[in-house]
Amino acid sequence: MYSVNYHRATSVVDAVKKIKTGDAKYLSGGMTLIPAMKTRLAAPSDLVDLNHIADLKGIKVSGKTVTIGAATTHFDVANDEKLMKVCPALCALASHIGDPAVRHRGTIGGSVANNDPAADYPSALLALGATIVTNKRQLAADKFFKGLFETALKDDEIVTAVTFSAPAKAGYAKFPNPASRYAMTGVFVTKGKEGVRAAVTGAGDDGVFRSKEVEAALTKKFEASALEGVSVPSKNLMADLHASPEYRANLVVVMAKRAVMAANA
Amino acid sequence: MSEVSLVVNGRKVSGAVEDRTLLVHFLREHLGLTGTHVGCDTSQCGACVVHVDGKAMKSCTMLAAQASGSTVTTIEGLANGADLHPVQAAFKEHHGLQCGFCTPGMIMTATDMIRRHPEGLDEATVRAELEGNICRCTGYHNIVKAILAASKTMSKASKSKAKKAA
Repeated sequence: MYSVNYHRATSVVDAVKKIKTGDAKYLSGGMTLIPAMKTRLAAPSDLVDLNHIADLKGIKVSGKTVTIGAATTHFDVANDEKLMKVCPALCALASHIGDPAVRHRGTIGGSVANNDPAADYPSALLALGATIVTNKRQLAADKFFKGLFETALKDDEIVTAVTFSAPAKAGYAKFPNPASRYAMTGVFVTKGKEGVRAAVTGAGDDGVFRSKEVEAALTKKFEASALEGVSVPSKNLMADLHASPEYRANLVVVMAKRAVMAANA
Repeated sequence: MSEVSLVVNGRKVSGAVEDRTLLVHFLREHLGLTGTHVGCDTSQCGACVVHVDGKAMKSCTMLAAQASGSTVTTIEGLANGADLHPVQAAFKEHHGLQCGFCTPGMIMTATDMIRRHPEGLDEATVRAELEGNICRCTGYHNIVKAILAASKTMSKASKSKAKKAA
C-alpha cells in the first residue's frame, strides 16, 4: 500500500471538511477500498473514516417505511428484527454478502457508493425504488447508479442513508462465482403498489439495470411459471472468463425465477 | 504517523504507526503477537481473523488506525493460562488441523460463530459460516467436527452456569 494519511471524522460536517485535503477518499467499512489500496489499484493521499459517526448507523422501521443509516453493517441489516418483518428479502441478501468477517465490517453506504457491478445491494435498491439520501440531496436509485463503479455522487458528497417503502413482496437470488462468491448474476424482484420491478446485478456491461422482459412477464403473473420461455437479450451483458453474455442472459431468467419463488414463499 | 491505542488480549497497548499499517502488521510486528497469520493478503483466506470489539474481522483488511480505541482479541488471548479455550481443545481433540497455518483464523472464526449461535450449530451452518476461511490441507472435515464438538461443550457449560445462577 502506498503511504496514506488517516483522518477520523466525528460528524458528517467534519468529514466534508476533511475530504478537501489532497486526493482524499471516504472510508466506510473498507472491505473494497482497503484491498484495492493494498494492490495499489487505488492510491488516495488521505482517508476520511466515516465509521465513527453515530448518526450514520442504525435501522428505523416505521410502518412500511424503512431507513437504513449508511454506516450500518451487512451483519446488522441481516439480523435486524424489525426489518425482517417488513422486508426479509433484504435481510437474506445481506446475510449472503462476502463472509461473516466481511459482514461485520462492510456497510450498505460503502457498497452503494462504490457501485461494484457485481455488488448485491444496488439491485435491491433499484428494485425497491429506494431513495439514496446524501448530505446534500435525495436521489432516486434510478438516477443514482450510473455505470461501472459510477454514481451520481459529487466528490465531497456522502451517502448518509437509504430509504424505501417495503413492498408487499420481494425476493433475491444470485448465482455466485464459485471462487470469488460475487454475483455472476443476481436478480432482485419486488411487487408493490407501483407494480413489479426487477433489477439485475453482476450481468450488465454498464452495471445494475432493470430488466423490461422480466418485469413484463411478472406483471402478468408474479410467479416463476410466468418466466417460462421468456428470453432476455444478451446485448450489453458482460463477457469475461467466467461467462459469456448469452450465458448471463439465461442466468437472468433463472435467477428471476428463483427470486420470485423466494418472494412468494 | 498515527498514535494508536488499543486493548489487546486485556492489555492496554499503544504505539506510533504509519497510517498505512494494517492491524495484522501492528499485532505481529509491533506487539510480537505472531499467532495471527497473513495468508492470502487479499481478504479471502481468513488466516488473519481476530475479534475487534467482540466480532470476527479480517485484520489484514483494516488499518491499525481504524482499530484505535477498540478491544482486540487474538488467538493468544483465548486460553485461560494453561487451560485451552474449549474451541482450541476441540481442534486438538478432533485433529482439526494439519499444517496449522489457517488454524488461528479458523479458531477465531469458530469462537465468533459459536457466540452468535448459542442455540447450537449444525454441519450445514458451520460449513456456510466458514466461507471466509480457507484451509489447504485437511479438506475441512475435522475442522467442522471440532467446531460442532466445541459448540456442544460450550452450550452445555453455559446451560449449567445458568442453572447454578438460577
